[in-house]
Amino acid sequence: MVALLAPFPKYECKMKKNIERHVLAVLVDNEPGVLARVVGLFSGRGYNIESLTVATVSEDDSSSRINVVTSGTPMIIEQIKAQLERLVPVQEVNDLTTEGPHVEHEFILIKITNTGPERLEALRIADIFRARVVDTAVDSFVFSINGSPEKIESFLELMRNLGMVEIARSGVVAIKRGEKRRDND
Amino acid sequence: MLRLSSINFRRLGGYFERYYKMSENIMSGAEIVIKALADQGVEVIFGYPGGAVLPLYDAIFKQNRVRHILVRHEQGAVHMAEGYARSTGKIGVVLVTSGPGATNAVTGLTDALMDSVPLICLTGQVPTHLIGNDAFQEADTTGITRPCTKHNYLVKDVADLSSVMHEAFYIAGSGRPGPVVIDLPKDVQFAEGEYLGPEKVEQRHYQPQKTGDPQKIKEAIDLISQAKRPIFYIGGGCINSGIDSCKAVSELVKLTGYPATTTLMGLGAIPSSSPQWLGMLGMHGTYEANLAMHGCDVMIAVGARFDDRVTGRIDAFSPGSKKIHIDIDPSSINKNVAVDIPIIGDIGSVISQMLDLWKKKPSRVDGKAIEKWWKQLDEWRSVDCLQYEQGSSPKDSIKPQYAIQRLYELTKDRETFITTEVGQHQMWAAQFYKFEEPNHWMTSGGLGTMGYGLPAAIGVQVAHPDKLVVDIAGEGSTMMNIQELGTMAQYNLPVKVFIINNEWLGMVRQWQELLHGGRYSESYSAGLPDFIKLAEAYGMTGLRASQPDQVDSVITQMLETPGPVIVDMVVSKEENCLPMIPGGAAHNEILLGLNEQKEQTQSEDGMVLV
Repeated sequence: MVALLAPFPKYECKMKKNIERHVLAVLVDNEPGVLARVVGLFSGRGYNIESLTVATVSEDDSSSRINVVTSGTPMIIEQIKAQLERLVPVQEVNDLTTEGPHVEHEFILIKITNTGPERLEALRIADIFRARVVDTAVDSFVFSINGSPEKIESFLELMRNLGMVEIARSGVVAIKRGEKRRDND
Repeated sequence: MLRLSSINFRRLGGYFERYYKMSENIMSGAEIVIKALADQGVEVIFGYPGGAVLPLYDAIFKQNRVRHILVRHEQGAVHMAEGYARSTGKIGVVLVTSGPGATNAVTGLTDALMDSVPLICLTGQVPTHLIGNDAFQEADTTGITRPCTKHNYLVKDVADLSSVMHEAFYIAGSGRPGPVVIDLPKDVQFAEGEYLGPEKVEQRHYQPQKTGDPQKIKEAIDLISQAKRPIFYIGGGCINSGIDSCKAVSELVKLTGYPATTTLMGLGAIPSSSPQWLGMLGMHGTYEANLAMHGCDVMIAVGARFDDRVTGRIDAFSPGSKKIHIDIDPSSINKNVAVDIPIIGDIGSVISQMLDLWKKKPSRVDGKAIEKWWKQLDEWRSVDCLQYEQGSSPKDSIKPQYAIQRLYELTKDRETFITTEVGQHQMWAAQFYKFEEPNHWMTSGGLGTMGYGLPAAIGVQVAHPDKLVVDIAGEGSTMMNIQELGTMAQYNLPVKVFIINNEWLGMVRQWQELLHGGRYSESYSAGLPDFIKLAEAYGMTGLRASQPDQVDSVITQMLETPGPVIVDMVVSKEENCLPMIPGGAAHNEILLGLNEQKEQTQSEDGMVLV
């Protein structure tokens, strides 16, 4: 299991030139065009989007939460947050990366096609990673797995050697961890 | 069940219909729009009719609270509203039809966004059931205008209309102002709904911060009082903040005794007659202003955004200074240049907080250092970077600078509003026309829209019917919205169009001379009309000067002629706009003349910059 914690190459190459990866949680009014505004802001100003998820989160469907993973220099990251806050339907922008401990999770579905020993190996690795088999056919499996982006990435690395044909990823969703200690007044 | 419920529904509908008819607040969507405009204090709108806005035009016809100015092109309508807004401090309103009407407005909207001008642009749209069907004159207006507006709306239900209208006015005018588009499908304009007044509409969470952080203000005041080589760098944000804010800024500048420079958009924020004013800074700014920015130790940026025209090469921008930045838009802070003390808030509030603090504590300035700094500044000033040579024989051509300087001298004693187009004449106007008050200088700064000045002047004239409004124009830019002469003629608006005619797209020609070996590719204004005959064709007065001794008499004649006038000021063709900081150069690499080092004027990196 130690292998799962090793940083994967994609993030390593980003370390140079002061580029940081940040996970933002953007709470927006759930109205038509709001996603286009956010995405258009990123493309129009040349910011990166590594992943993006969006869904309504309030009971009355009035608010949606956009989780966006982006990267840039600290000045760019500040600019991204300021630009997001300037959009009229944006209620709140939280930079989870700087605001303390948080949990990042991703969910994926992955289809592999193989036979013989590779098929068994795939099943064994899936077991180690606690992936679930959600579909099986004579020469393919569909696994579902969730967890940290690092874990997902490691699993995908292994599966690529074993006949992986299709992936569906949810993108990163993230939330701030709760307070570990209760403040005494 | 089905039959029963449908009968009930119909009965209920009839009941409601009768009940609603009694209420005077029930009206058509189009009437709601016009009533909302009137309740927001709108007196005049600029527009052009079309199929998708016929109900709105019908509603305009049936009332007399809101006046409509018929334009000749939708871009003109938006620039007129910009001129109106910037000369009054009110919100400008535009009404255009769907499809081409909306797309024609896009340039103006982008211009307003870049220069933070508060506008409401009402666009017609095909009926809701046709949206997405590629219907006649359909365009995805909210999609197209999303990146060029502060916010936009597509109103699909008449029940939302009043709140959208009032919210749009709030958004356009508050915080950093900007254009707001409201897209109105034709069926929504016909549908009946209840009108809610401005007081009944709740604001959303959009609440820009107005007062500055007291801690930061204290730090700023301490830094300002310790400065040895300070400078105020004042931008258009001051003017957007209002006349009182400009007065407060002027007071702070006066109390400190420090030098101040203004951006192109900030001209008039502090009086040009102030001995502390160093002129405009930036690419074609004065020698003293740019060198002061480069050599200062404390920079106080007030409502300015460190635009690339101002900063020049960013890594060489004011290298040794601590920077204070006051702005209402948090995204302007640290966007291009990292600052030491950011203060987010409205200029008016923040500066009065600073004034309070400054007056309370006997903040001594470092008199000796400041005296030394002024000595240096005066030395730079004595270079007289704007000098030009005007010959006086009839064979000599008129220098464009001379024409503008004379215009200033002959109009400075009365309240004059100046608009410009974009190019060399714009920079000369900025250099040679002096402003004592804000809101009297309208130019397209951020977007650099040729064709801005003529319609903007019309908008200004509509707002100030008895005042002198001059569009200092180039012959190239004027042609870009020349159709608005029709609007001037229709309403007999006495705008004076002062064309600095050198028969070249002068700024393009200047860059081609500087950077492209004098290969003047497509920059000659061929096929120009005879501007005097053009004026006459519209029933206006046309005047021409082509010799230096005619300049004064033509300007005087222009001022004495009631109604619209076009002046064709035939000027020297090869004059260049100087001083100049070439693209990719730093403030201290400013050129006073192009001849000395033409080859070295542009670095390879600078070539690609605009």
